[in-house]
Amino acid sequence: MAATTVPEKTSRRHPGRRPAGPRSTAAGSGMSRRLRGNIQAYGFLVGALLCFGFFSWYPMVREFVMSFQRTRRGVTTWVGLRNFKTVYHDPYFWTAWRNTALFTLYALVIGFAVPFLVAILLNELRHARAYLRVLVYLPVMLPPVAGALLFKYFYDPEYGLFNHILKAVHLPTSQWLDSPHTALISVVIAATWMSMGSATLIYLAALQNIPGELYEAADLDGAGLLRKIWHVTVPQTRLVLSLMLLLQVVATMQEFTNVFLMAGGNGPQNSTTTVVYMIYQYGYHYDNFNGAAVLGLFLMLVLICFSGLYTRLSRNSD
Amino acid sequence: MAEFTPQTRTLISSAALSRGRGKVVYWTVLSVVLVVFTLVFIGPLYWMATSGFKDVHEVVHNPPTLFPHHAHPANYKTAWTQLQLAKLLWNTVYYAFGALFFQLVFDVAAAYALSKLRPVLGNIVLGAMLITLMIPAAVLVVPQYMTVLDLPLLHVNLINHPWAIWLPTVANGFNIFLLKRFFDSIPEDLMAAAAIDGAGPLRTLWSVVLPMSRPILGVVSIFAVVNVWKDFLWPMLVEPDPTKQPINIGIQSLSQGVPENVLIAALAISAVPTLLIFLLFQRNIMSGLTAGSLKG
Repeated sequence: MAATTVPEKTSRRHPGRRPAGPRSTAAGSGMSRRLRGNIQAYGFLVGALLCFGFFSWYPMVREFVMSFQRTRRGVTTWVGLRNFKTVYHDPYFWTAWRNTALFTLYALVIGFAVPFLVAILLNELRHARAYLRVLVYLPVMLPPVAGALLFKYFYDPEYGLFNHILKAVHLPTSQWLDSPHTALISVVIAATWMSMGSATLIYLAALQNIPGELYEAADLDGAGLLRKIWHVTVPQTRLVLSLMLLLQVVATMQEFTNVFLMAGGNGPQNSTTTVVYMIYQYGYHYDNFNGAAVLGLFLMLVLICFSGLYTRLSRNSD
Repeated sequence: MAEFTPQTRTLISSAALSRGRGKVVYWTVLSVVLVVFTLVFIGPLYWMATSGFKDVHEVVHNPPTLFPHHAHPANYKTAWTQLQLAKLLWNTVYYAFGALFFQLVFDVAAAYALSKLRPVLGNIVLGAMLITLMIPAAVLVVPQYMTVLDLPLLHVNLINHPWAIWLPTVANGFNIFLLKRFFDSIPEDLMAAAAIDGAGPLRTLWSVVLPMSRPILGVVSIFAVVNVWKDFLWPMLVEPDPTKQPINIGIQSLSQGVPENVLIAALAISAVPTLLIFLLFQRNIMSGLTAGSLKG
């Protein structure tokens, strides 16, 4: 049904360009035919090219240029590295990086390990598979606002569900989002609940592709459960695992939505201020787009270094 | 491909599970998993749906109640009218399907051109599109926002206009990549046959390529819709007018000063459409998920 929209729109965009068939191959030199083919091809490309140009390529260049400029009352001047200095001397600069790094670390410990273990567990079960798969994926489909505000209620130290459960089983309660020590990790737990479904399903598919003979061979060698996981499951899914690791780091380093919705961005004593939240503050609270661009540039640099290093390492280990 | 065949040999052999002790352990683990997973993944949704029926005191009551003492369906009605959920939902649908439309038209056309028409510099264009995958989205928020404030060359301000949400979604290197790879797998012979029959590129795209590409178009479509539905930072920046906000932003900005039970009812309503989409297209979403990420 969705496909029907395509040609209607496209044909309106290219009136009278249709009959290019055999007639045109007979007429004209190879040169003009090729030119014609190219024009046609770029006709198909023009929409995407414009969108990429306006919303991707141009902003990339602009981010770089902006970080060396300052705009005040509509007048733009070149200021060299002054924006870099301002941002670097911001008292929360290192706090934001620390929080972002911590968030990523927690997300790796919790958000990376849990889906893999869940996938292994689900893969061993012979019953209710479809039901369990749907269950795990359900939260992924919640709008972020619903998931985040829901957890905000659960985390409430006074009447929240979590402290109630902890009390019921005689465990110490927590201040969750209200304490600078636990705010960040509380956000990570909620974020993991909301997004683990996609990773779990990807791991499940990867587990399905492991040849059963490998496990049989391991059995014959007398390998226990943990040894089989370590020597068969992990190496066999290494490619997917490492790809997901990279995606996970890149995604969690850009955390904004959950800290914004659950912890109001900064959290208690700036304990959840992430770099992207700081970008947002610079741009929309301090009215300093140039500072925001500098921060964005830093983040981009870190992430590109990380992916570069990562690709290099994974290539060497092959 | 993600279908599960019970015969597949996994960590623990089926034989071990069907013997005495294995059987007991298996059924215990299975029931624990079923109970725990249901509590963990449906529990919060249950809490949300039922708390929407509670009165203001019961919502914050300690200990929490499992069933509302007195059901107040009026909360849902209040949420619907007071938070203008109809408007917010409509906005979201409008943004999501607009984005879907533009992605299908522009990205399919571009991928087709790059895969089958192969223009000069086509590889460079493709490379430039794929490079954008390296640049994290959040990094470019500020320059993108400034572009939307004053579109270069045309000098139009797209703030509060749906274009600000629709057009940037087209610049999706991953879509182009997925589509191009799929189109690449369509045999050249078919294209040649269409050309001999006198079909131009547009005709070939429409009658040969698209009918064969239903699965990939389904994947791209579902993700286009879901991505817009889940986006937060970008729509918050470019749609500051409360009457034009999608549901995520609208509920967040209207949530101050709304009684908690009404807000929870609003959250429950906001969750219904995507959960429905999921339950309806479950199979496609799951296969698309694995197809998209494994081969990406």
